Amino acid sequence: MPNFRNLGIALRIVVIVNVMALAAAIVQTSDLRQLWNVLLELSAVVQPLLILSVVALVALNDLLKRLPYYLGVLAVLAIELVLTTLLYTFGQPLLADKPAPLMRYWALVALATGALLVYFDLRGRALSPAFTEARLQALQARIRPHFLFNSINAVLSLIRQNPKRAEAALEDMADLFRVLMADNRSLSPLAREVDLCRQYLELEQLRLGERLQIEWHIDKMPADALVPPLVLQPLLENAVYHGIEPRVEPGVVSIDIYGARGQVHAVLRNPYRHDGGHHAGNKMALANIRERLQLHFDAEATLDTRVGDDTYQVHIAMPYVKGGDS
Amino acid sequence: MSDAPKPLCVLIVDDEAPARSRMHDVLADCAQEFPLEIAGEAASGRAALELLERVPCDVVLLDVRMPEMDGIELAQHLLKLDRPPAVIFATAYDAYALKAFEVNAVDYLLKPIRAARLKEALARVRTARPLRPEALRELQRAPRAHLSAQERGKIELIPIGDIVYLKAELKYVTVRTARGEHLIEESLSRLEEEYGERFVRVHRNCLVARGAIRGFERAAENGEARWVVVLNGIEEKLPVSRRQQHVMREFFR
Repeated sequence: MPNFRNLGIALRIVVIVNVMALAAAIVQTSDLRQLWNVLLELSAVVQPLLILSVVALVALNDLLKRLPYYLGVLAVLAIELVLTTLLYTFGQPLLADKPAPLMRYWALVALATGALLVYFDLRGRALSPAFTEARLQALQARIRPHFLFNSINAVLSLIRQNPKRAEAALEDMADLFRVLMADNRSLSPLAREVDLCRQYLELEQLRLGERLQIEWHIDKMPADALVPPLVLQPLLENAVYHGIEPRVEPGVVSIDIYGARGQVHAVLRNPYRHDGGHHAGNKMALANIRERLQLHFDAEATLDTRVGDDTYQVHIAMPYVKGGDS
Repeated sequence: MSDAPKPLCVLIVDDEAPARSRMHDVLADCAQEFPLEIAGEAASGRAALELLERVPCDVVLLDVRMPEMDGIELAQHLLKLDRPPAVIFATAYDAYALKAFEVNAVDYLLKPIRAARLKEALARVRTARPLRPEALRELQRAPRAHLSAQERGKIELIPIGDIVYLKAELKYVTVRTARGEHLIEESLSRLEEEYGERFVRVHRNCLVARGAIRGFERAAENGEARWVVVLNGIEEKLPVSRRQQHVMREFFR
């Protein structure tokens, strides 16, 4: 049984039912004006029923979840038929002048409900844990070889002059690679991701020195929120590669993380120059993170990018999933 | 080994300080067996050119990826020096560049640099042929950020953003900026190809920077009226040929 409390599921129900109504209207009519009228007439019935259904399903979600699958299907069908009957009896003014017999509405509602349930079942199978896991594994974030070799080179340069700093840098590198090579399929605490980002930036600062300036704004960060591992670090890597390295003068990478209305927001900004050439690498990392967010949070997470006059901004919004102590 | 050869004079060019210091260390290691002296370090292409004008070198160890002017572009400007130094590129990782280096037989080092490998490359320098401009053009991925002209034995860098127009004249191309004129030995059609949208052809022999166009006006010349381009930053007006009059359409809106 799908999780009706998930925004993505509810949205899908609304969209699919409306598409069905549109199809029905097209079948019944031949020209555009007529189509519009029929669609309005249908909507008068379909929208109230749809809203009531979604509300009922969201309310009864936990109960439905506990039932065995076939009983759940029957229960959903029963809910729909009951709602249809209620609407038919008390909502007469909404209907056309000469309403069709109740049986006809029942049949239509049962068919639409059945079709949706089959769709969600198929979708659930396609997104089965095994499939999702395999996909997440394939999306394992990869570090830029450019960063790896440049960092090793920077550490080598420190060994003779500043062995202490070289040690610290190697420790950071070890931590970074431990996470990169770990199994990153399950969510991990935001605080950990932030630590990782710090270590990464520390290494980049070794190479770039003054040129890389970092501003953290994380006082309002919900540290216990669970996020996909490596959701921020690759974005910082992009910010350094595309925003800082092509500049001679110093540039600021700013990281803004805060919680608001049950969501976790992360906003990363870096300087940006329009004449910069290749951006294929940037798009790849963004697509990767977008897909991982979708696999973890479906429609409840978003990733937007905005190109300003001289800044590039990535904004991620994820649902605030509280982490346990474990 | 009684008559020791003159030591090789080496310049290090890299935008990252730790990379320069590492190269310095490795060169110092090589110096024990291989006669060389380090002429200096430069953090940018511009600084490297300035240094080379004062202290001519035999070899430049050149990082490929640098801001403002990358190694490939700097190598092209270096060819204009009276005595162009040999160039050895250094790069951390760049699948594209590596392939191009192999194809064009350009010497390169991979970071982290190894002393043994560096010694090999330095040993080849005296016998190596100079870099071919065509090979460097093939390595080049983005348009150069500067054009360069040789003037009074010095290399003059002209940032692309400063250029108002480029005009072909016999063997040379005149590069006009708000401050003055430079002559460069390049072909106008290749420049047009390299910079694409930045310049627009208003005449068979003339490319004008889009950003520098203020407008167009009718002017009478030898009793014949024709269109001319009015430019930002300079007084001069350039004729638009009949065949190129269509370019004015995009500016009239």
